[in-house]
Amino acid sequence: MAIVKLSRPKLSVGEKIYFGALLKGFFLTMKHAVASLFNKSRGAKDLASSGLGVTMQFPEQRWDDHMPEHYRGAPTLVTDEQGRERCVSCQLCEFICPPKAIKITPSEIPSDDPWAKVEKRPKEFDIDMIRCIYCGMCEEVCPEQAIYLRKDYLITGLSRADMVHNKEKLYEIGGVRVGLVNKWNELK
Amino acid sequence: MDFALILTILIKIITLTFVVVLPLVPVSVYFERRFSAIIQDRVGPNRVGIPMTLFGAKKDISFFGLIQPVADGVKLFLKEDFTPAHVRKAFYWMAPALTVAPALITLCVIPFGSDIQLPGMDPVKLVIADINVGPLFIFAIASLSVYGITLAGWSSNSKFPFIGGVRSTAQMISYEIALGLSIIPVLLYFGELNLSKIVQYQADHGWLLLPLWGHGEGALSLTNKLLFWIPAFISFLIFTISIFAETNRMPFDLPECETELVGGYHTEYSSMKFAMFFMGEYAAMVVGSALIVTLFLGGWSVGFGLDAGIAGLAIGGFKIGGLIHLGVFLAKVIAFILFFILVRWTVPRFRYDQLMKLGWVIFFEAALINVFLAALVIAAPALGPVIIGIGAVLLVITTAAIIYVAKVSEAKVISVQH
Repeated sequence: MAIVKLSRPKLSVGEKIYFGALLKGFFLTMKHAVASLFNKSRGAKDLASSGLGVTMQFPEQRWDDHMPEHYRGAPTLVTDEQGRERCVSCQLCEFICPPKAIKITPSEIPSDDPWAKVEKRPKEFDIDMIRCIYCGMCEEVCPEQAIYLRKDYLITGLSRADMVHNKEKLYEIGGVRVGLVNKWNELK
Repeated sequence: MDFALILTILIKIITLTFVVVLPLVPVSVYFERRFSAIIQDRVGPNRVGIPMTLFGAKKDISFFGLIQPVADGVKLFLKEDFTPAHVRKAFYWMAPALTVAPALITLCVIPFGSDIQLPGMDPVKLVIADINVGPLFIFAIASLSVYGITLAGWSSNSKFPFIGGVRSTAQMISYEIALGLSIIPVLLYFGELNLSKIVQYQADHGWLLLPLWGHGEGALSLTNKLLFWIPAFISFLIFTISIFAETNRMPFDLPECETELVGGYHTEYSSMKFAMFFMGEYAAMVVGSALIVTLFLGGWSVGFGLDAGIAGLAIGGFKIGGLIHLGVFLAKVIAFILFFILVRWTVPRFRYDQLMKLGWVIFFEAALINVFLAALVIAAPALGPVIIGIGAVLLVITTAAIIYVAKVSEAKVISVQH
């Protein structure tokens, strides 16, 4: 290996005295502070700052408008345009889930139901949001396009029970998704 | 002793220490956090206040987060006060008190303002102890605070605190000499060791670093004052930098040194014992800037010959000039504390050998030469031109010799053959 010899740079007297560099440093720091106070920090506009530095101040300002398309938030269940719950409780998501956050209790659809030919739907569908790691594997594995990661990121609760999303909650966040594959639909 | 005198002293101690200076400690912590946040493009603590939303109001009252230090204090009170099993208990318990107490004791000689006078009573000086050895007393007591740090480091019986304690001792030894020598020109100029009289002189004849009014009449002429500005400024630089080292502030915070020594001497401390160290550090900063303001920047005086008028202000026999001066003094101290903070976020930490070299090789000699320079400037009006010339030549020769010796004594770089 070639040996690269580095020598320390020769300092001039002014550099050795050091006070000039100190003064320059003070001016630099103060310039930065003043820019920060007047919302002129670099990147303040792109980061939608609150007017002080580059920080967005949370409860008043939210980054909802700045969220990227591919953002992965809370996993949810969706219905199709006819109000049918897409999930057929195949439990693939339950098995793939790396932190084992999903718990499904399957049930059969009674024969007098208009969607009887789908045969199964979940009776209970719980996602423990304390365990969930927002990896999106459930969405990827779902053969029915029933589970989706939405952009909800404010998942809070005062107890462990609050943090478990049950079926109603999941459908409430998920809402309706239209224009997907409708393989159980008569109109296909 | 007179009962009224004791009562006055007690009132002065309680007001000046616990009402004026101790609140400055959390305030400077708050300034530190906000100012550093602004420098780093952040916001800093701006939320803590009265939670009005809990009582059904629309908005909280936040006071720009000024209550944050109180919240921090309450948090530290409620934390578990843990004493590790391996420490030496007596010293471990003594060390935090030894850090805070000296910083607060030194306050007693600092003049906070001119006199205030209640109707029908003697004027009251806004200084707790008006003694004639002010700066010496401060140096004597302030040096004791290093015992707190050293004992904390040693009694913690663990390696990082120990290194911190040893560093603090070595740092103290290297800087105390320059600190002491650097104010000798100041004392020569004032011919006085009483801090109240020093400030009074500056109010009458111009601040040491701004000598623009009150010439003649027992004072030096303008030319002489402006000439003295050079040694005064050198003194100011050395003194300020030494105070930085004395208070373990950023360019010289080697005893604490989070990046190398975890927390340095207070690694093993928790709860209020840790808070005492924290408080001691900031109290030392407050006292240090108060001392610099008193010696170099005119203490409580407003300057430009306005002080006699302000001191005479009275509302119905109650002379309030002292209170205005107190406000001016606090404003100056806070401005200097902001400078401390600016330095902390600008200058990186010195390496250990650099610090020792700066103390022993540069500041010690510079302060020594500065004493002679100041003496020459002060004595010049009384001397003939020949003697002044001889003195100047001697000074130049001594300076050159010292610089030469410092250069020669530098470690030679040993070149290695490849």
